[in-house]
Amino acid sequence: MSRPGDASSGRGPRGERTSVAHQAQSLPGTHEAGHEHPTEKTYIQIAGILTILTVIEVAIYYIDQEAAWLVPALLVLASVKFLIVIGFYMHLKFDDSRLAQIFSFGLGVSLAIYIGMYALMHFHRALELTALMTSATR
Amino acid sequence: MAQAVLTPEAQTQPHGSGHDTGHDHGHADHPPTSTGINSRKMLMWLFLASDCMFFGALIATYMIYRNHSLTGPFPHELIDIPYTSVSAFVLLMSSLTMVLALAALQKNDLRGSRVWIAATALLGTVFLGGQFFEFTEFHHEGLSLQGNMFGATFFTVTGFHGAHVTVGVVWLLTLLWVSLRGGLKQEDSLDLEIAGLYWHFVDIVWIVIFVMIYLIPYDKSTEQLHEATAQIFNTARMVLGIF
Amino acid sequence: MATVAQPRARTLARPTVKANTGLWSWITTVDHKRIGMMYGVSAFFFLMLGGLEALVIRTQLVRPDNDVVGAARYNELFTMHGTTMIFLAVMPLTVALFNYIMPLQIGARDVAFPRMNAFSFWLFIAGAMLINVSWLFNEVPNQGWYGYSPLTDTAWNPTRAVDFWVLGLQILGVSSMLGSFNFIVTVLNMRAPGVTMMRMPIFSWTTLIVAIMIVMAFPAITVGLILLMMDRYVGTGFYATAAGGDPLLWQHLFWVFGHPEVYIMVLPAFGIVSEIIPTFSRKPLFGYAVMVYATCAIAFLGFGVWAHHMFTTGLGPTANSIFSATTMIIAVPTGVKIFNWIGTMWLGQLKFTTPMLYAVGLVSQFTIGGLSGVMEASPPIDQHHNDSYLVIAHFHYVLFGGAVFGILAAIVYWFPKMSGRMMNDRIGRVNFWLVFIGFNATFFPMHFLGLEGMPRRYYSYGEGSGWWFWNTVVSLGAALLGAGLLLFVYNIAYSLKRGPVAGPNPWDAATLEWATTSPPPVYNFATIPHISHRDPLWAEKYGIHESDQAVNVTIAGREIGEIEAPDEKASDQERRRLDANDTAPVNIHLPNPSFYPIVGAIGMFLMMFGLIVEGDTLFYLGPVHITVMSIAGILMLLFSIFGWSFEPAE
Repeated sequence: MSRPGDASSGRGPRGERTSVAHQAQSLPGTHEAGHEHPTEKTYIQIAGILTILTVIEVAIYYIDQEAAWLVPALLVLASVKFLIVIGFYMHLKFDDSRLAQIFSFGLGVSLAIYIGMYALMHFHRALELTALMTSATR
Repeated sequence: MAQAVLTPEAQTQPHGSGHDTGHDHGHADHPPTSTGINSRKMLMWLFLASDCMFFGALIATYMIYRNHSLTGPFPHELIDIPYTSVSAFVLLMSSLTMVLALAALQKNDLRGSRVWIAATALLGTVFLGGQFFEFTEFHHEGLSLQGNMFGATFFTVTGFHGAHVTVGVVWLLTLLWVSLRGGLKQEDSLDLEIAGLYWHFVDIVWIVIFVMIYLIPYDKSTEQLHEATAQIFNTARMVLGIF
Repeated sequence: MATVAQPRARTLARPTVKANTGLWSWITTVDHKRIGMMYGVSAFFFLMLGGLEALVIRTQLVRPDNDVVGAARYNELFTMHGTTMIFLAVMPLTVALFNYIMPLQIGARDVAFPRMNAFSFWLFIAGAMLINVSWLFNEVPNQGWYGYSPLTDTAWNPTRAVDFWVLGLQILGVSSMLGSFNFIVTVLNMRAPGVTMMRMPIFSWTTLIVAIMIVMAFPAITVGLILLMMDRYVGTGFYATAAGGDPLLWQHLFWVFGHPEVYIMVLPAFGIVSEIIPTFSRKPLFGYAVMVYATCAIAFLGFGVWAHHMFTTGLGPTANSIFSATTMIIAVPTGVKIFNWIGTMWLGQLKFTTPMLYAVGLVSQFTIGGLSGVMEASPPIDQHHNDSYLVIAHFHYVLFGGAVFGILAAIVYWFPKMSGRMMNDRIGRVNFWLVFIGFNATFFPMHFLGLEGMPRRYYSYGEGSGWWFWNTVVSLGAALLGAGLLLFVYNIAYSLKRGPVAGPNPWDAATLEWATTSPPPVYNFATIPHISHRDPLWAEKYGIHESDQAVNVTIAGREIGEIEAPDEKASDQERRRLDANDTAPVNIHLPNPSFYPIVGAIGMFLMMFGLIVEGDTLFYLGPVHITVMSIAGILMLLFSIFGWSFEPAE
């Protein structure tokens, strides 16, 4: 059933969004009202942050290559850089969330499958049974 | 009596609406899209999502074959972190220039857009030059595709990344040429934006490669990964109630 | 820019757009309907070719110690049969239907990227040609459709057979991916007003979901094939134990693709059945939302079961258990769909037309295949089944009994829409039973053969094996099945010439493709429809139930829509129906035709073919010889890409 204001907000009789809803957001060079848009200054600051993160990555590599925390730290730093570039430079933070869903889906499925594949190739029967036997004899 | 649920539209849909920023007035009428997202932009994001599967397979292959090299040269003998850090920095900066190019075009600063597009292409080329130099250096030290697993996986992963960068540079130079002929105006921002999405993606793949291949030390990592994998398997066994 | 002005429809049975019929118009077409037809005709040809390969196999196996073909040729036959059926027949047939029907169902005029659509088709032809041109060289792929290492290594397979296969598949991969990107954007972005996601026909949902699966699954095999190419051409050791590599990596990469691939093949058939069963039960689909979720679940879970193809490779008990569990879980949403189809038929007024026979046939035969599948989900059972005829029985029940039955149903169901004529239903029903009996006679005994220990891929078996009886039955069944498919072809040819004229909606179906003429005009709809309910044509004709679905048209004594009896007055009825929907003239943009897609595809073909044949080597890139042909191919491809980019789209 339609509600008052449906027509102006571009909703159909059952409340679903129709394509007319998106007429408002189309002036070139601007974005949806109410969303902040990064300025050139912001972009340069972000570039600075990315540089610092890269420096940290290299620094901790030189600090202690044997450290147990090295690999997790590097992965975290890389992920942060990754998300910053995607969110700001690729504008995903400000765009339609469905685009983020599309990319997250691809990234998520890839991570799950390839971590799984890595685990399977790395820890196969011979290794598993050896591990079991050694733990059983303890 | 049935309501009329099948009603024809009075005319073809109005044009110029339903696109997000930088939509293309220059083209003929486009009816609005059902999601409000520009179709070509959606296409690029879909492609990038699938490219995650592509690079994921290549990087996973690299990870799987760590420590599978029967002979040298080994990574710790070859990898030059300072050198690679500089080239990683170059690529990162190219993302900055890319986004500045787009910002300029969206503000109708055509000259600015050309300068920044050229800068991005230049930085990309510098990166490729750096890669080429690194490859020849490693090759002189005896690393080859056929020699050992490190050579095979290293050259394959970085090679395909480099191929992606090359495509990006060609794309940018083409856009630059179009711009110089007056074909890349404010209303064509979407074209540049889409090229930018591709370019940034290539950069973030390098962010991952830089850590996975260069920074994570070879031997230690394998031990750690082995431990982590063993943990996963032990947990799974407990959960499934096996043994 | 091609603009079509419509005269008022009242004075004409069909609008006056003259379709271009010349060869050039087909070569440069970007019309989804034409592209769909080209996919369909080509793929059907390859279905026959794959069937021929199977018949030779069955002739060889009809009796023990036969010598129709030798071992080497036999390897080629089963490899080509599998590769052809999967990549050149079933997949493109489903793509043909996605192409033709889905835009009509969502009320669109074409797909989102018409030239890319054409490019996908011509790439399919290029890939199909590259694989099959191997016959001319007598270096035919022989490594099985799954190409396990180390059999694909140059040490064991020194001829170019594997190269034809690898490079052909790469081209096909690009074709599938580009086509799928197109379908995803089309379904998400080009729906007519009122066509929300949850009002869309299930077949359109299936198009979307299968396309998503394709773009996620194909990169894995692309990488696997690249690594294989590098092993063969450049001498890397990705799959070579001696170099530190591992053949199992190929298996992982292949099955990460390969398992979703089989759902990619069968889900379209499920979508088809979800259109046909409601139409001929005279009831809307039971549990529409659940069907959508179940399809999503199958697609998603399908990415998590791949290692069940590797139970016998020594993955270890934990890995085996995990994948066994996920494989069994995926049977649940599949079962849900089966019950929903039964629920649709329940208390419906069933009409067993030919499409309905195939659809119900699918439900029953796929279930049988699913049962053997659930058995094989158990690693100890799979240890016994693997590499035996039990596996062949399983996958033919789900692939032929599933995907192919669905495709045959779809062809008969949508034939009136595409050609404007009905297929002969009497012949169709006889045909169905011929196919059904032949199919079961071919594949059911394979369960027995498997249980009796007959292994796959053996070109012959001895007298003393005890397998001769069922093998003879199987081969006779295959001959019957072949005859049935020939009869199908005959029915198509006959009906094209002499079939009764079909109106817009001869089955009185519910979805939008039936709201336009048969065949549709080049612009699909004179005016874009505007819907507000699921099953829009039924909603309009029979009213809306409170629950906002089209009413169950069999209750309350309401007159049920008869399947239109074709007669001489068909054109008058047609005219009246068109008048109801057509209005004043409108200007419709049609995308321009383009020759860049075919040029690009030829370029890809030459690029790859040039890597295989020993032509004039221009230079060496390492050990890889780059021939003149490859360079020409690359240049053509670049020419196509740049020309395409600068060509105005409209």
